Amino acid sequence: MTDTALTPSAFVSHEAHDHHDTDHKPGFFARWFMSTNHKDIGTLYLIFAIVAGIIGGSVSGLMRAELAHPGIQYLQGWASMLHGGPASLDESLHLWNVLITAHGLIMVFFMVMPAMVGGFGNWFVPIMIGAPDMAFPRMNNVSFWLLIPAFTLLLASPFFGGAGNGWTLYAPLSTYGEPGPSTDMAILALHLAGASSILGAINFITTIFNMRAPGMTLHKMPLFVWSMLVTAFLLLLALPVLAAAITMLLTDRNFGTTFFDPAGGGDPVLYQHLFWFFGHPEVYIMILPGFGIVSQIISTFSRKPVFGYLGMAYAMVAIGVVGFVVWAHHMFTTGLSVNTKMYFTAATMVIAVPTGIKIFSWIATMWGGSLTFKTPMVWSIGFIFMFTVGGVTGVVLANGGIDDYMQDTYYVVAHFHYVLSLGAVFSLFAGFYYWFPKMTGKMYNEFLGQLHFWVFFVGVNVMFFPMHFLGLQGMPRRIPDYTPQYEHWNTVASVGYMIMAAGMVVFFVNLIWSLAAGKKAGDNPWGDGATTLEWTISSPPPYHQFETLPRID
Amino acid sequence: MAAGLALASLGGVAGHAAQPASTPTSAAPAPQAAAAPGGVSNTAPTTAAATPTANPSSPELAMDGAPAMTVKPMIGQPTDGLFGLQPQVTKNGQFAHWMHNSILVPTITIISLFVLALLFWVSFRYRKARNPVASKTSHNTFIEIIWTLAPVVILVLIAVPSIGLLQAQFKPAPSGAVTLKAIGNQWYWTYQYPDNGGFEITANMLKEKADVAAGERPRTDADGPKLLATDNRIVLPVGVPIRLITTSNDVIHSWAVPAFWIKLDAIPGRLNETSFTIEKPGLYFGQCSELCGARHGYMPIAVEAVPPAEYAAWVKAKGGTMPTPGKASDKVIPQPGADGSAAKAEEAAETANATGPVENVATPANATAPATTQGATSNPAGAGNAGQ
Repeated sequence: MTDTALTPSAFVSHEAHDHHDTDHKPGFFARWFMSTNHKDIGTLYLIFAIVAGIIGGSVSGLMRAELAHPGIQYLQGWASMLHGGPASLDESLHLWNVLITAHGLIMVFFMVMPAMVGGFGNWFVPIMIGAPDMAFPRMNNVSFWLLIPAFTLLLASPFFGGAGNGWTLYAPLSTYGEPGPSTDMAILALHLAGASSILGAINFITTIFNMRAPGMTLHKMPLFVWSMLVTAFLLLLALPVLAAAITMLLTDRNFGTTFFDPAGGGDPVLYQHLFWFFGHPEVYIMILPGFGIVSQIISTFSRKPVFGYLGMAYAMVAIGVVGFVVWAHHMFTTGLSVNTKMYFTAATMVIAVPTGIKIFSWIATMWGGSLTFKTPMVWSIGFIFMFTVGGVTGVVLANGGIDDYMQDTYYVVAHFHYVLSLGAVFSLFAGFYYWFPKMTGKMYNEFLGQLHFWVFFVGVNVMFFPMHFLGLQGMPRRIPDYTPQYEHWNTVASVGYMIMAAGMVVFFVNLIWSLAAGKKAGDNPWGDGATTLEWTISSPPPYHQFETLPRID
Repeated sequence: MAAGLALASLGGVAGHAAQPASTPTSAAPAPQAAAAPGGVSNTAPTTAAATPTANPSSPELAMDGAPAMTVKPMIGQPTDGLFGLQPQVTKNGQFAHWMHNSILVPTITIISLFVLALLFWVSFRYRKARNPVASKTSHNTFIEIIWTLAPVVILVLIAVPSIGLLQAQFKPAPSGAVTLKAIGNQWYWTYQYPDNGGFEITANMLKEKADVAAGERPRTDADGPKLLATDNRIVLPVGVPIRLITTSNDVIHSWAVPAFWIKLDAIPGRLNETSFTIEKPGLYFGQCSELCGARHGYMPIAVEAVPPAEYAAWVKAKGGTMPTPGKASDKVIPQPGADGSAAKAEEAAETANATGPVENVATPANATAPATTQGATSNPAGAGNAGQ
């Protein structure tokens, strides 16, 4: 019952002679701008995420350049460029806050989420469950196109003063602390991105519940589909809370309400509760699809079914459920009562248990396997270790008493970059290399893929590991300048950024080279370990797959 | 802007009874030397005892009109290139420091290395060349129970001291404690001593020599490290429980001194409270730890911990009073929620700082922040690094 290895023989022959009928592609405009095809929309999402990733990654490059040494080196120059005239010191410092805000929002809402959910989710959830498309193809298109105005609003906001609130948009800094249209633009950008994600979530839930091929029971679904199902529920339940919170910000800012203003009976901490009620599930939204991707890849390259399939699936469900009741561990210094702090300390630690189950199950999947170390596998193994490192520092931070020291220091920055920049992003690259042959019909360059991994791996570790030390020495987050005693590790971190950036150059070279001149990929380039349905259809898949539904034994 | 102007005058009163910019070059290197016992990380520096003798030109308390005091060893500040936590000078801090270094770090290191070792082992042992045929095993209930229960046990073992630490941190200050009220402003701290007559101190960051306007006192090494030194340090007694109360006049700030293991958000409309007892005289530095606008990185916290007698002398010099022994000092302490406390009302009147954020919304002057709020104080902390 829990065997994910499927027997596709029953429908392969159908696929072969359906091929001609299903490959009528519409013209360029209709295909890419009015698309109802989950694969095309997935491709659009991936392109969007890559563009956003380049922008968000460049912003972090600016930040690491400024932080490489103490003193304000570049901010004034950049602020002058932005303002078209000499910038005051305060304008320059404000630009710093704009940069950190932009980096956070872009990476979370416009890079990781579109890539994971919109990109890989759209591409492979329907195929993996044997469905011809998503349940609501037009809504799928709306989901994507809502992101374009959202991203445009966010990117335009720096030209109207810039939103310098941090990605958390804490009131009152985001209400009466920062006038001007920029913050409103950022808030509206989040509204649109949130609406996009809610529509997407509805689509995924409906698709997974209603459009599974005959025989594809919930307990036979590949773990990537499970991860997307849990993620979709998290999106559906968390994003409306964010929408409510930022709507209250908007009305506080523009219409005289005082939800978060103590002078009118409001409470700034209420905003933090609402934000983190969304914000904590959000971090699982970013990592759960990565869990799914890594599960598929580890199984494929170990030539073994996933170890403890049911435990893996329900560990994700457990993470999703518990993820909703730990939010205030982001607020340990706001003056919570002692009982509240104790509860959130204990509840947060509980998450380590299902996470541990996943880590050990991946290793157990490899145990006894017949391992090959193709690029996706290497990224996945890297993911397991980096996510472990990020996870254990999470256990440190979970202690409310310890957090009185760590809160808002670089230790926290190191922690969440280990789980996101080294966790989620590693799984994105793993998935990208894993499915690149399927999506494009061409093989990537194996040498460049491996080189990309090693350079990137060294770079991000050199960049983020020293941030633990900075945090332990007390360096606060979100400061553009620091006392010279923090110079050593900051310089090291900036060197790490340059190494990481070199790794990204390798990635883009590989991408362009492979698209232009990659070897043709077969239907299943990964051999008999790849048992999910996408490997039974052609590479790239026909425009419409599964006109005759596959039957899963 | 009205707020800015009013504060400017306030800052002038509090901050610039300062003595002229005397540069105590002879005193300068001493505290630096005491600060960084290079390489030794996690123990309080033993050099703390090596307090230099008083220097007449010391910029210490003298600038407030109080008797000049000895230069204090700078214990509570970061050291470049270190791996560990800052040394702790409060009981809870030392307990938390122990818990972090003796329980958490070993545990997470072992777990990480264990996972790494397993990954290396399976990658080596089960590589295709060595293990061409994969096993079909996909379940083992026993091992699944083990790797569920083992983390549970580890977490419970961590939770025990963790809950204890939380309990200790929430122990209310006993009567006789000295109350320090820290009020966050964009972008400086004001402090009140409600138990000592309610006098107020404004602390701005000291700018570098190259950046100060004529007549302003630049930072010297005796004041503390760059971006951490303030024009007015707050003084607290050693060995006496301190009740810290934080609030804010504008956005959320956070009052943090790593060496005390204290970080408490300063939130408008709220009074947050915690307590600690400093066990070692010295200078301790911290920074605002909640993003609060443009000059968030430029509102440091500098605390000078001195013996109680010196503290009393300092309070006297500031025009404050010491509570009569035996008499509870708590009478003017604002209780959480009692926002209209005398101290707060007084401060509002004094600064005309539009404490009611509603007025801030309506004030167009604020609308062009942060640029136009630059002159918020007479000694604008922010321009510290202009021209670099």
